[in-house]
Amino acid sequence: MTTALTDHPVRDAGAGDARVLDVEVQHVAVQEVKRALGTVLDPELDEPITDLGFVRSIDVTGAPDGAEVTVHLRLPTSFCSPNFAYLMASDSKDAIAALPGVGRVVVELDDHHDSALINAGLAADAGYRGTFGHEAEDSLDGLRALFRRKAHTAAMERCLTEQLRADPALTEANVGTVRLGDLPAGRTKDALVRRRDALGLPTEPAAVVLVDHDGHPYPAEQVPMALRRARSTRISIDGNAHFCRGLLRTRYEGSGADQADRPEGAEPADDHHLLPFTVKETHP
Amino acid sequence: MYSKDGENYFIVDAHIALWDARPENQRNIHGKQFIDCFYDYHRNLSPETELWTYDEYLYQGGERLMKDLFEDGYVDHAIFQPAYLGEFYKNGFGQTKEAYELAAANPDKLTYNHCFDPRDGERGLDRLHADHETMKFTGVKLYTAEWHGESRGYKLSDPWAYRYFEECRKLGIKNIHVHKGPTIRPLDRDSFDVSDVDHVASDFTDLNFIVEHVGLPRLEDFCWIATQEPNVYGGLAVAMPFIHTRPRYFAQIIGELIYWIGEDRIFFSSDYALWTPRWLVERFVDFQIPEDMTEYAPITTEQKKKILGLNAAKMYNIDVPAELQLPDAGETATGPRQPERADLAGAV
Repeated sequence: MTTALTDHPVRDAGAGDARVLDVEVQHVAVQEVKRALGTVLDPELDEPITDLGFVRSIDVTGAPDGAEVTVHLRLPTSFCSPNFAYLMASDSKDAIAALPGVGRVVVELDDHHDSALINAGLAADAGYRGTFGHEAEDSLDGLRALFRRKAHTAAMERCLTEQLRADPALTEANVGTVRLGDLPAGRTKDALVRRRDALGLPTEPAAVVLVDHDGHPYPAEQVPMALRRARSTRISIDGNAHFCRGLLRTRYEGSGADQADRPEGAEPADDHHLLPFTVKETHP
Repeated sequence: MYSKDGENYFIVDAHIALWDARPENQRNIHGKQFIDCFYDYHRNLSPETELWTYDEYLYQGGERLMKDLFEDGYVDHAIFQPAYLGEFYKNGFGQTKEAYELAAANPDKLTYNHCFDPRDGERGLDRLHADHETMKFTGVKLYTAEWHGESRGYKLSDPWAYRYFEECRKLGIKNIHVHKGPTIRPLDRDSFDVSDVDHVASDFTDLNFIVEHVGLPRLEDFCWIATQEPNVYGGLAVAMPFIHTRPRYFAQIIGELIYWIGEDRIFFSSDYALWTPRWLVERFVDFQIPEDMTEYAPITTEQKKKILGLNAAKMYNIDVPAELQLPDAGETATGPRQPERADLAGAV
């Protein structure tokens, strides 16, 4: 049974078959699979793939040796970076395989220029280097780390820019004095604390907000430049996150219903209402 | 020329194409995927009134191009930046011969830039010489994510790329337009990484490097590099249409660019035929930074005039009526800096 996430109520299959066969069949709820996929992040945008609408379908079939789970993923374009595409697909497979009661897991990436390569690599559990051969050198750990740092930089800038707007006495020159305890509770601060945690940076109230990714504050004269650099990172990430969402909605009609709102960087045109386009042939 | 409220704007569209993505020219599924990706960009970012049908989008031809740019689009001069994509299209994607001939027939309106691929090695160098002999171009467009046999991308800092840049120097090819990513090798790194531009711009200070779509989706990396290298410029291909659907994002892009690299190094382009210039020119002239974005100064009419045409005209020695010319602005507060100061802010 394939569950298109938006069009049908979520049901899990397998229980009926078990009665018919009178065999102990293991199965897992589609919602469980979806929850597991919610732990998989787009490394570039630092958001769960379930919030971005990248999960196209979840299919669960009960089986004696553990439920068979098949998941299809979709991305905003055929030319999204294959390294990120691979990370999301292989993380998805790992997250589902870790669920109790799950046997075979099939994760397939649809409509990507490297779909055949990535899907074959996943099916064979070939790993990153086994999948990409000479195009892979070592690992994708450095790539993940780079974008974890960028996510922290953006979260830090959001907090400080909110402070700058809220407190007329605060200037760009002295944002280096703002501490975590000075920030109001809320989504923006929570996000920063989460990202500091991910980098192993201190999260106590006395900790300075504007730090590099090793946790070092900046000398006073470098504070405005550090803030400006962080700002350009935040603009980039917010812009990409919304453009990717928009392209997915354009590419897959109805996929907007699977996307969670992203308040950061949102604009009126992001409200999921598409112009009445003629639908082109996406899947020949 | 575009005129509004008593102001005249000289328009240079610094990145246009004459492409052929029709099914008979597609070599494989990737040819279809590539043009579909472009068409989704077009559908996603265009105003409803400016939408083309899929069939129109596959191929335009020279006559339509001339009308869209010069009759309807206010453009005074436009520059071809062909992407070859020989692994996806039988006769290439950007139609170099057709574009060159159109430019040769309309030299006052069109400039033809060529393309090369450093992975073609010695034979490619011979070809570059021969092509330059007949076409006399002063600029090239490089697409670093181009597929080439077993290779799916290259870096500007590769040894063979340096050989080609040395030839560019000798031949008087001064303007290197770079379209970044997604480059596939090595997959370990960010495929939109622009750090190779940093190296090559430092080593070839007599060449100009124009990074198309201002490094998007890595605006921050581009700004940081460009502010350190006075010979790095930003092209607004693909960034321009955000002015319609995401005007606040667009304002921030422009605000950041003016802050980091200054008003003299930003080039307007429609990226025709991804979009058409008319509505982009009209919107940009009407555009202003939102008042609540106090981190940016309002954009001035002079800045708009430079971005819309004067900057590219200067680089390409395109004649601009004397009364429309403007002096350069002072250096930005951020630079260009010397490399030893480049790491003073460690944010990534």
